[in-house]
Amino acid sequence: MSQSTDTAPLAPIAAARPVARAWRMPDWMITTISILVFLGLWESARDHIDPLFASYPSAILKAAWRMTLNGRLPDALWESAQPFLAGYALAAILGVPIGLLLGRYRVLQAAFGIYVTAGYSTPLIALVPLLLLWFGLGFTVKTVIIFLLTFFPICINSWAGVRAVPKSLVEVGTAFCASQQTIMRQIVLPAVLPYIMAGLRLGVGKAVIAMVIAEFLTAISGLGGVIMSSANAFRTADMFVPIILIMVLAVLLTNFVEWIERRIAPWQTELTGHDAP
Amino acid sequence: MSHVQLNRISKSFSLRVDGKPQTIHALRDVSFEIAQGEIVALAGPSGCGKTTCLRIIMGLETATSGEITVGGRRVSGCGHDRGMVFQHAELLPWKTAAENIKFALAAKGVASSELDAMAARYLELVNLGHAANRRPHQLSGGMRQRIGIARALAIDPEVLLMDEPFGALDSQTRETLQMEVLSIHQRTRKTVIFVTHDLDEAVLLADRVVVMSQGSVQEIISVDVPRPREDIRAIIASTEFMTKRARIWSALHDAKPRPPILESAA
Repeated sequence: MSQSTDTAPLAPIAAARPVARAWRMPDWMITTISILVFLGLWESARDHIDPLFASYPSAILKAAWRMTLNGRLPDALWESAQPFLAGYALAAILGVPIGLLLGRYRVLQAAFGIYVTAGYSTPLIALVPLLLLWFGLGFTVKTVIIFLLTFFPICINSWAGVRAVPKSLVEVGTAFCASQQTIMRQIVLPAVLPYIMAGLRLGVGKAVIAMVIAEFLTAISGLGGVIMSSANAFRTADMFVPIILIMVLAVLLTNFVEWIERRIAPWQTELTGHDAP
Repeated sequence: MSHVQLNRISKSFSLRVDGKPQTIHALRDVSFEIAQGEIVALAGPSGCGKTTCLRIIMGLETATSGEITVGGRRVSGCGHDRGMVFQHAELLPWKTAAENIKFALAAKGVASSELDAMAARYLELVNLGHAANRRPHQLSGGMRQRIGIARALAIDPEVLLMDEPFGALDSQTRETLQMEVLSIHQRTRKTVIFVTHDLDEAVLLADRVVVMSQGSVQEIISVDVPRPREDIRAIIASTEFMTKRARIWSALHDAKPRPPILESAA
């Protein structure tokens, strides 16, 4: 009896229909809707906003257009971009290799690690008056301030990354008699890469903060300078323009670093199952 | 003639437990010999020192005293005469299956012009030719361990060392891989030393089982199931298999009480 059920032809079943998959709204669309709703709510409150104390999107947009046409915004942006790029690049070029060396060599870590920890955990803004004495008020001092605030998070991340390399993977290199150089290049470096990129991403935020602070505390110039002078003249809409521009640029830069990370370390997404935060 | 020889291997290290320095004897006077082409299992409960023993043979750890020779040469550190298969495969996640094998080949000094062909050949050996360009996270656990085996075999070692290679796999995948190891052994006649806590696996694969307990060799048991061992089903159902399994089971459970493994340093 059980034999017959094994061999009996099965009743025909209608061809399986593909499971209808619910449409999922893409992330970028959710983000866009969120921004539009936020701007709409802000704009709808315009009648309750005193233009002296705050502003609203359409007034800010108008101010931005005017400031772009008369050249004030592009000039300020260019002025800010120079020390920003110089300071950030210097911090990345020095921070990553120094962090790697600190993580790799015990003696270097013991000798110099303490300075990096100190630099990372001290509010380096406290040094600005001294830096003014040394470097004056111009481009140099701004670059130095941005470098100082950006270097430590980048360096400390690379350093922590080396220390987090899985011992078991280094052992694979040892078991197959790979040279120290090969272990460094093919095992340690790829394993540290996500940490380096996280440091560079954090560095963008730090560098933006440092840029605005430098422009407030040294020669008033650049986007920070526009914020200060507009605020002093009670032109609140003008003041919002550079603030929002800085926000937008910082988000774009951070996304750009993430994009690079996905390009050079695609396995990371596979490992963690989601994109880097 | 013995191919691998362990001569009175001991390993101890110090730990501070509750502030008091204590010496831990992971291995004490472990000696055994393995013949050319033989498969030997190191079996025992966790903490018995079987993995430490294998790592010392590979050169990943050093013995406190004693000597190991492979093919008459004394072992110190790594060497291409031994190939290691790790418990969790330990493939480099940023390299594809083929690149992981090429990593081992390049470390051995194989000319770069031959790397592609050799990697392809060893992927074929473990039936993974189609997965050459996939990264480890695009592969199942069983496939990863196959590549781990291919990587170890690719350097053409005299001795294959396997550290609980199938412990993390489901039972069906494990059986498939056990069959593959038997068939690869049949073709290559490599000497194989593998660590396991699975008695079925020990009896199925090994010629002899070294039963370890608390850092010492408890007993060495010959399996005597004839080779080639092709039909797992018949072997598992056979009386010889049952008898040997029961014999090893008893050896593990009869472990003589020994002085405690922890001792206060004098």
